[in-house]
Amino acid sequence: MSDPRAHILGAIKDALRHARLPESARPNNDESPAERLGDHRANLIPARGKLGSKARIDLFIREAERVNATVARVSGLGGVPREVARYLSKNNLPTTLKIAPAVAEPVIPWTTQTLLTVEQGRAKGSDTVGVSRAFAGVAETGTLVMLSGPGNPTTLNFLPPTHVVVIAAADIAGDYEEVWARIRKAGAGGGKGFMPRAVNWITGPSRTADIEQMLLLGAHGPQRLHIVIADDEIPRP
Amino acid sequence: MSKNPAAPPIRVGLFVTCLVDLTRPCVGFAAVKLLEDAGCVVAVPAAQTCCGQPAYNSGDSRDARAIARQVIDAFAGFDYVVSPSGSCAGMIKVHYPRLFADDPTMASRAQALAARTHELVSFLVDVVKSDAVAASYAGTVTYHDSCSGLRELGIKAQPRALLDKISGLTLKEGRETEACCGFGGLFCVKYPDISGRMVDSKIDDILATGADTLLAGDMGCLINMAGRLSRRGSTVRVRHVAEVLAEMTETPAIGAAPGDDG
Amino acid sequence: MRSTAATFEENAKKALADGKLRDALSRLSEGFPAKRRDAAARLPEFDALRDQARDIKNHVLAHLDFYLEAFEARVTALGGTVHWCRTGTEACDAVLAICRKAGARTVTKSKSMIGEEIAINEHLEKHGIEPVETDLGEYIIQLRHEPPSHIIAPAIHLTKKQIADTFRDKHRQLAPDRSLEEPRTLLEEARGELRDKFIAADVGLTGANMLIAETGSTVLVTNEGNADLTYSLPKVHVVIASLEKVVPTLEDATTILRVLARSATGQDMSVYTTFCTGPKRPGDLDGPDEFHVVLLDNGRTRMLGGEFHEMLRCIRCGACLNHCPVYKAVGGHAYGWVYSGPMGAVLIPGLIGLDEAGHLPNASTFCGKCEEVCPMRIPLPSMLRSWRRLQFEQRKTSATSRVGLGLWAFLARRPRLYRLALGLGIAVLGKLGRAQGRFRWLPFGGAWTGLRDFPTPEGRTFQSRWQRERSGGRR
Repeated sequence: MSDPRAHILGAIKDALRHARLPESARPNNDESPAERLGDHRANLIPARGKLGSKARIDLFIREAERVNATVARVSGLGGVPREVARYLSKNNLPTTLKIAPAVAEPVIPWTTQTLLTVEQGRAKGSDTVGVSRAFAGVAETGTLVMLSGPGNPTTLNFLPPTHVVVIAAADIAGDYEEVWARIRKAGAGGGKGFMPRAVNWITGPSRTADIEQMLLLGAHGPQRLHIVIADDEIPRP
Repeated sequence: MSKNPAAPPIRVGLFVTCLVDLTRPCVGFAAVKLLEDAGCVVAVPAAQTCCGQPAYNSGDSRDARAIARQVIDAFAGFDYVVSPSGSCAGMIKVHYPRLFADDPTMASRAQALAARTHELVSFLVDVVKSDAVAASYAGTVTYHDSCSGLRELGIKAQPRALLDKISGLTLKEGRETEACCGFGGLFCVKYPDISGRMVDSKIDDILATGADTLLAGDMGCLINMAGRLSRRGSTVRVRHVAEVLAEMTETPAIGAAPGDDG
Repeated sequence: MRSTAATFEENAKKALADGKLRDALSRLSEGFPAKRRDAAARLPEFDALRDQARDIKNHVLAHLDFYLEAFEARVTALGGTVHWCRTGTEACDAVLAICRKAGARTVTKSKSMIGEEIAINEHLEKHGIEPVETDLGEYIIQLRHEPPSHIIAPAIHLTKKQIADTFRDKHRQLAPDRSLEEPRTLLEEARGELRDKFIAADVGLTGANMLIAETGSTVLVTNEGNADLTYSLPKVHVVIASLEKVVPTLEDATTILRVLARSATGQDMSVYTTFCTGPKRPGDLDGPDEFHVVLLDNGRTRMLGGEFHEMLRCIRCGACLNHCPVYKAVGGHAYGWVYSGPMGAVLIPGLIGLDEAGHLPNASTFCGKCEEVCPMRIPLPSMLRSWRRLQFEQRKTSATSRVGLGLWAFLARRPRLYRLALGLGIAVLGKLGRAQGRFRWLPFGGAWTGLRDFPTPEGRTFQSRWQRERSGGRR
């Protein structure tokens, strides 16, 4: 057969038709694939993240710190610039920021911190500090969920060596399944289904242990991940 | 140590294993003593030689089935079949039914035998529920968990529970008690260098415990480890756990000369 | 990648003699298993999740054609293209065609075992396109022209000095007096070199840990973030993945992700888990204009429905390697091809043939540790045994083995003859070896006595003593 697609699908159908499988290889129910796709039911969700909101946020912070992120809390979005300035100063980092449109004025009042130089847009190789907004957090593992889109260029998550992520406390979910449910409703697919171009789960700063198994932060992605939890809602564009 | 003298005695067929039969009968006699002390009546069918593992693991399913058939025939009619070996008991319990998957009659006979078959120590603890052995042993022991016994039959706590009851015996756990010793049947002679590295790793762990005695429940593992310990000039005494549990330690330790301590 | 699996014995010998490798493997086998144990202990549902992960894959494989077609439909609806490839050659051609159409000069790559299977780097180089490995470990071995030695930590066999020497040799912009003593400086050196390459690349080539039928997404898992720079910076994103990588829904992918990193490195979740869905959308400030998925068979349909079907559940976590005492002894290069450890020993003969890879399923004690730790509950020892059975049936087992086994089986089936034939030999050995308690040497026993003494048998067999002492009856 000259058509690889037909050949492969034919080979699959043949193999399945003649399959003699042990118990351990057989499906454990006779659910149809169409059913499974349509239902997209959650499987077992660990109990770990099933907490009330205060305990959930505490868990998120603990888990994020376990994977070497740093976390700060501010009572309102107005406090974000001050916290970012403090963080950069404490760590002797440059004060020029590349920020996602989603966290630009007036959402976050950067001009209140005159020492910060702020530019909007996608990341370039020379950027040193990137600031973006998380769609959600997952307390289970201290994970940030970033959605690509006009408000949040993906490159900001990876190119600058320091990454600051602003997240609303109310957006911290217990488990991943909660976040998928939100994404299905959020309409972030740019007109082509509900999935944006990229959904990034980020759990701590970039790392590698490729050199003699020694853990090093900042492989290709950011060396520093600073999470700022804001206790008021961020309006979504 | 019979549980209830009035109950009918448990009829056990002993699968003695080729290695015990040919190289170290005292283990077989220790097993018999332990079983009889626990109230069993023990018979040893004459028509037994091998469980079929060498053929099975080498891909010779035909011979493996022929040997298995012989075992199934020889051991029909016992309440239980007990073997002082995790790998042989595992072969009968786990693999005989698989060997006959395509033959319904033999499969059900294999299943029936599998259900009645146990490794010695787990039989004493889990089936007969013997909670003590009348024994003492002056020494520091470390125990090796043989792979088949551990992973196919779940034997881990049972030997330790019995060793715990032996007066004078101190147990020192290695850090790698569950690591494979490198025997693997024909593996140790087909890939001797790799096997050598594995057994050295195991022995480093054993020596680090400071124990003077190594025990395990499988002759293959024991011969392998005893042989390497001896080559490395170690004085660690190696025995099958049944020997210590039955307090039958007159035979020199595995690989040791008569008159060597222990 | 060219195979050296046929010379496994020599490969192993070399590996066993390599002290640096031994140290590296010790580190690996102490580190990863402990971390996995800790991660599992922190998640009470871990074993239940492994069962569910297995069930998800069993379901998918039973409907593999449906899910692949569903995946393709979603990708196409998003404006992406799926290329179906039966063989490595077709896949290489597909990737090359995409690169040529994009006018690519350099292609950044994140780690892809499929890429190794089809030797895509050589193919691109042959046609004047420069592939750049971006995973730090892969980058290092690319400079050294070595194959990976572990499926998730490809440079695990190297010391930092070896890495430093490689950088000095290959990095043209590296000042000779710049210190490369510490791993941190090595990392910064690699990061600096690769930064520009990420930005300049015309095409980004990634693997995929999973393909999601529901959304047409591909899942990329890294700790470094190199995959994310690989797909988000160039104009074209190409994914190469084998057929069995597909899973039904986002929720199913999530379940598998919960057991993946925990099994691999003991992390609860890898640092970067990315779901890529098609090319950039209107309004996106970055991302690729084109999205391609190259779907590869290369032997998978041959495995489907047969004796090695369950191997298709593998999610390439590497847990079996990390826990295997044979891998610990010889490392990944000894296996001679792309994969290694227990999963390699099962998969490689299926992909490159039993003649070439015949040693691999035999170099195992069937200790079962791999099956114990596999997150997808793959019965690896059983499949290794199946390969041995096929070798025996195809008369590929060595003559010595066949004769020896045949003789043993012949005797074993004739108990009286067995006792006669062996009883004498045992008695002789028992007598000769009584004083010493062991033999340092035995004729024909060199494979044993090369490294071990042979304990002296007691001399009388159990059966002969039992028959005499118990008079053939019960007490």
